[in-house]
Amino acid sequence: MVPQVIQLIDESGSAVSQLPDLGKDRLRAMFISMLRVRIVDGRMLTLQRAGRIGFVGTSTGMEGAQIGSAAALKAQDWLWSGLREGGAAVMRGLPLAEYVAQMYCNANDTAKGRQMCNHFQHKGSNYPSWSSVIGTQIPHAVGAAYASKMRGEDVVHSVYFGDGATSSNGFHSGMNQAAVWKVPAVFVCVNNGWAISVSAKAQTAAETYAHKASAYGMPAARVDGNDAVACYATMQAAVERARKGDGPSLVVLETYRIMGHSSSDDPSKYRDEDEVAGWIAKDPIQRLEQYLTSQGFLAEGEREKIEAELLAEIDTVIHEQEAAAPMALKTLVEDVYATVPGHLKRQYNDFIEVAERHGDAQPGDGAFPL
Amino acid sequence: MPTLTLIQAVNDGLKVSMRQDESVLVFGEDVGPKGGVFLATEGLTAEFGKARCFDTPLSEDGIIGTAIGMAANGLRPVCEIQFQDFIFPAFDQIVSEAAKLRYRSGGQYTAPMVIRTPYGGGIRGGLYHSQSGEAYFAHTAGLKVVIPSTAYDAKGLLLAAIEDPDPVLFMEPKALYRHEKGEVPEGHYTVDLSTLRTVREGDNVTVFCYGSMVPVVEKAAAKAAEQGIQCEVVDLRTLLPLDEQGVLDAARKTGRCVIVHEAPRFCGYGAEISAMIAENIIEYMEAPVRRVTGFDTPFPNTLEHHYLPDERRVLDAIEEVARY
Ligand SMILES: Cc1ncc(C[n+]2csc(CCOP(=O)(O)OP(=O)(O)O)c2C)c(N)n1
Ligand SMILES: [Mg+2]
Repeated sequence: MVPQVIQLIDESGSAVSQLPDLGKDRLRAMFISMLRVRIVDGRMLTLQRAGRIGFVGTSTGMEGAQIGSAAALKAQDWLWSGLREGGAAVMRGLPLAEYVAQMYCNANDTAKGRQMCNHFQHKGSNYPSWSSVIGTQIPHAVGAAYASKMRGEDVVHSVYFGDGATSSNGFHSGMNQAAVWKVPAVFVCVNNGWAISVSAKAQTAAETYAHKASAYGMPAARVDGNDAVACYATMQAAVERARKGDGPSLVVLETYRIMGHSSSDDPSKYRDEDEVAGWIAKDPIQRLEQYLTSQGFLAEGEREKIEAELLAEIDTVIHEQEAAAPMALKTLVEDVYATVPGHLKRQYNDFIEVAERHGDAQPGDGAFPL
Repeated sequence: MPTLTLIQAVNDGLKVSMRQDESVLVFGEDVGPKGGVFLATEGLTAEFGKARCFDTPLSEDGIIGTAIGMAANGLRPVCEIQFQDFIFPAFDQIVSEAAKLRYRSGGQYTAPMVIRTPYGGGIRGGLYHSQSGEAYFAHTAGLKVVIPSTAYDAKGLLLAAIEDPDPVLFMEPKALYRHEKGEVPEGHYTVDLSTLRTVREGDNVTVFCYGSMVPVVEKAAAKAAEQGIQCEVVDLRTLLPLDEQGVLDAARKTGRCVIVHEAPRFCGYGAEISAMIAENIIEYMEAPVRRVTGFDTPFPNTLEHHYLPDERRVLDAIEEVARY
């Protein structure tokens, strides 16, 4: 049986079912968060093309899925992310300055410029550092949920991953163990149609991604991922189920990756432009805008005004990050262990001797006392 | 003779092999219509069809596990792992299965296959798109480990690897994919596995290197020559099984050795070369062996140019060993 796709607001922006009572302010906040994701992505792509940053994986077309679903989490809940959930992190408290510093991988980056661009973290809102190795975060979320359960905390662990990640080892072991242990976790599969050039249909022979849950013994829901409010409502139900102690579930957000996989990808080699055009017509931001306007929650021309504010906001942050100090060279050997062991101090000291001779070192980069 | 980049030479090698042997298949993530994220497999699906060059689901364990079964049943899989950093989900299949099938079956079953994978830094890929994991695999009996550094060798070694009766891990220096160019013969030829290549001859210091470090060492050797230090530069090309006699001869020639790799130092490949010299020809040595390597840390991003051995650090080691 094919699970039905949950939709609350249709493509023309009209409510087709009972909506959760989010109220004007929360709906507007969601809308602004979605717009921010799009505007920040646009700016990041410009910076990438200008050679200022190395790599961007956008969320264009997926803003409703990401923001709508993550809006259902409480502050104490965790969001274990994939590549594209940085916008949800910002909504939950990641300062935009830290977001942009990470994209620059500069000295203000909380990960000390060690990760590739587009790999966010934010301890303050329970958004752990992401590994590029697809699917590895899935069992991590399950273990963390086990810990929260063991301590009796009111904390739910959400874990985001793509359609491609459902083929990883981590998906299988994570889903299986979560259900066996009945941990407070929500698995969020963002089915954006593609894993780089491999279509979601070529990734699995299952009829839908939701089908995968039943083999592990957990329920699943499929949502119109371009309907932010449906994403919120479905996620809310899954999160509350986990919170009550009824165990994990899978939420599949059916959406589409409008841009290339990343700034390094040319999608024209493997997909049909008509397919992309069809999804552009289902734009999640426009849909919510139409609904908000119809309810009188958004005035005529207000979107443009908000966009201008968001552009000014991101441009100020970019300006600040362009002026970041150089990365301290000692970060090369720090954080490998809790304290820098002797052999790394010696390796660093050999290195810094050459670097100092060539004028590469800054004050503070000097040798470790041995 | 056409001039090709290293990646074009890989692509050409795959085509030559697929044209002459119907059992050769190419598969992995994004290797089909997209032609691979670095374009190593461009045009293969178009020429050979979807049955012989195709995309797989996102599972390295699945890619290599199924390749072993294909190889055991008469096919010649040449699978791609998109970045060497993503090979670890398949570590078990490589180390426990591909490398041991011949041994555990008394030679009744074998896994002749090639795993191609781009490795190394220099593209600002951070800790998961930059690693050099050769030492993990060179520690694995039953596996062959090959790393080319020129376009000519990339094609010739790849064809030799595909035709080899044992599983071969073929690590491609991604930093050289488009920077390294050279004349590459058309059609079929092979470069023997387990033979090293003398890049430059010299009597004062021997420098061992492979893959992405070869051009770095060549530059350092040219600088050293300006100061009258003549380097013998050796590209190892096949790390396992190694051309041991070639290594010892080159080391004995100068009695002063430097080993360069971008992988971390501790238990790195250089340790094996150093131990081999110490065990066999220490009486010929005029100076301690020096290693120039990456740090014993994960691979950084912003500071990758400091992590990677560069011309200066290599030259520094050459001078030190020459002066000793
Ligand atoms: C283990 C592993 N294999 C391969 C890759 C290379 N890679 C990066 S993203 C990606 C596709 C991911 O697709 P999906 O899970 O659908 O997420 P999306 O990018 O669509 O958000 C691949 C193959 C990787 N990062 N990790
Ligand atoms: Mg996807």
